[in-house]
Amino acid sequence: MSRVAVPGVSGVPDVSGAAGGRRAAASAAARGALLRWAVLAVAVLVWEAAARAHGSVYFPPPGRIVRHAYDLWFSGPVAHAFLTADAVDNILPSLGRMAAGFALAAVAGIALGVAVGRSRRAYALCNPVLQFARAVPPPALVPVFVVIFDFGTPMQLASIVFSAVWPVLINTAEGTRNTEPLRLDVAAVLRLNAAERLWLLFLPSALPRIFAGLRLSLSLSLILMVFSELLPGTADGIGYTLTDAQSRSDLLTVWAVLLLLGALGYLLNTGLLTVERRLIGRGREGTR
Amino acid sequence: MLELRKLSQWYGDHAVLSDLTLKVPDGELLCVVGPSGCGKSTLLRTIAGLLPAAEGEVTIDGTPVTGVPDGLAVVFQDYGRSLFPWLSVRENVALPLRRRGLPRAERRAEAERILDRVGLSGAARRHPWQLSGGMQQRVAIARALVCRPSLLLMDEPFGSLDAQTREDLEDLLLQVHRNDDTTIVFVTHDIDESVYLGDRVIALSPGPGSRVVLDLPVRLPGERDQIGTRGLPEFVELRAEVGRTVRTPADPSGLSGPPGA
Ligand SMILES: Nc1ncnc2c1ncn2[C@@H]1O[C@H](COP(=O)(O)OP(=O)(O)OP(=O)(O)O)[C@@H](O)[C@H]1O
Ligand SMILES: [Mg+2]
Repeated sequence: MSRVAVPGVSGVPDVSGAAGGRRAAASAAARGALLRWAVLAVAVLVWEAAARAHGSVYFPPPGRIVRHAYDLWFSGPVAHAFLTADAVDNILPSLGRMAAGFALAAVAGIALGVAVGRSRRAYALCNPVLQFARAVPPPALVPVFVVIFDFGTPMQLASIVFSAVWPVLINTAEGTRNTEPLRLDVAAVLRLNAAERLWLLFLPSALPRIFAGLRLSLSLSLILMVFSELLPGTADGIGYTLTDAQSRSDLLTVWAVLLLLGALGYLLNTGLLTVERRLIGRGREGTR
Repeated sequence: MLELRKLSQWYGDHAVLSDLTLKVPDGELLCVVGPSGCGKSTLLRTIAGLLPAAEGEVTIDGTPVTGVPDGLAVVFQDYGRSLFPWLSVRENVALPLRRRGLPRAERRAEAERILDRVGLSGAARRHPWQLSGGMQQRVAIARALVCRPSLLLMDEPFGSLDAQTREDLEDLLLQVHRNDDTTIVFVTHDIDESVYLGDRVIALSPGPGSRVVLDLPVRLPGERDQIGTRGLPEFVELRAEVGRTVRTPADPSGLSGPPGA
């Protein structure tokens, strides 16, 4: 066969080989995605139809909820990235508190987790405390911080941090502890120093577990962010919008907030998964 | 000079090595053979300072080994798990050079040079999990050779290689040994290989409580080559002698078991 690719002639057998296989896989993936969206669309349509047929004030149709959410938050000027004053006053402070709380929890959790996981003794000593701390339902901690900090941002931050820190900490500690022992021997023979062990061995070994912890912590951060804003004495935030709307029997806004929270949770989790996929190479799981 | 004096090792109450005494002069290539489970890997881990001696002692130039000695490199039997899967092949191989304070570019260049010598120049940027077992094994070997160790411990380092690559690497090892005057302790279950490579071959008895049952200097011409040397009558005789010792009637299948079992 000539080495010059003549489209449609010598190119044909190639396409039926590897490239064809890849194309088949891609189209299968596309079909899967299509199916998922179809299921979602059907669910929303059924909801819409049922809500309209029923005409209940408690269950407005999703179309109206979306419309309301748009009017409330996303119909602002271009200069503000389409955010309305309401969104700037309530959504952004909430997101800021959540981001700060999650970041603090992640950094503290990873740092403490590696420290605890590296030493057999520290792990044995700390494990009961950690399991206990994890077992306490996080919202139950909030009253403690209300007493300590009174209402306001410090209380909200503390609530988020002290709830979200445990999953990262525990998972990081376990991931670090399960570092392949042979690789510890290799590190000893190579005379890696403490910093190199941390960056080249412990953190990469624990990374899959760290991300498992971060995902849990992220959803806890969202929960605690809203919960801490539901309390009286809060002046702004998504949770405040929720209680405020409830006190005015504005059910449409309540639904809009729920929709917003669901979307936020989904987006944040997707973002974290993307970071995880970038950091942990494909196929890593295939090796041990 | 590496010396083991009355070295014994236990795992719990299971005796692995008992009363091992051995002297390895500087620059010697010592091959260790013995049936699976007799304690060869345990011996290497003890010399490497990774496992404290239960009884007796290991000394290097008269100083007792308490931690990992200077200038040591090890090729572990479980080479796949000894590599860092999150680093590229080149980064894995360059790891030992960190202690030498070389700039990054030079570490890279050295790593690529040694990768080229083990026939992996094309794989430098890939990751260990993208390589075959034999390729991973060569990465582990390259990582051990890159820092020109003065003491090199190798635990069945050629076990997963095809015949041709294996011969090439045997000759590479001999060359490194000659050029750098490296002291090498080389564990293998291949009697041919032990005689071909070694300045001296020792055989351990089957456990529990293994001891040295054969200590045989290999008097072959220093310059060895795969076809000529293996055809020499002295080679055949030495091989037969090691074979007879290892395959005692009590344990006819001692060496034919799979490695790492
Ligand atoms: N961590 C351990 N705990 C308990 N026993 C062990 C441990 N490691 C090895 N052993 C035992 O010690 C003995 C020697 O093991 P070792 O790995 O040194 O053998 P080996 O000669 O290297 O065998 P092979 O040729 O199969 O690699 C074996 O009987 C094994 O069961
Ligand atoms: Mg072994």
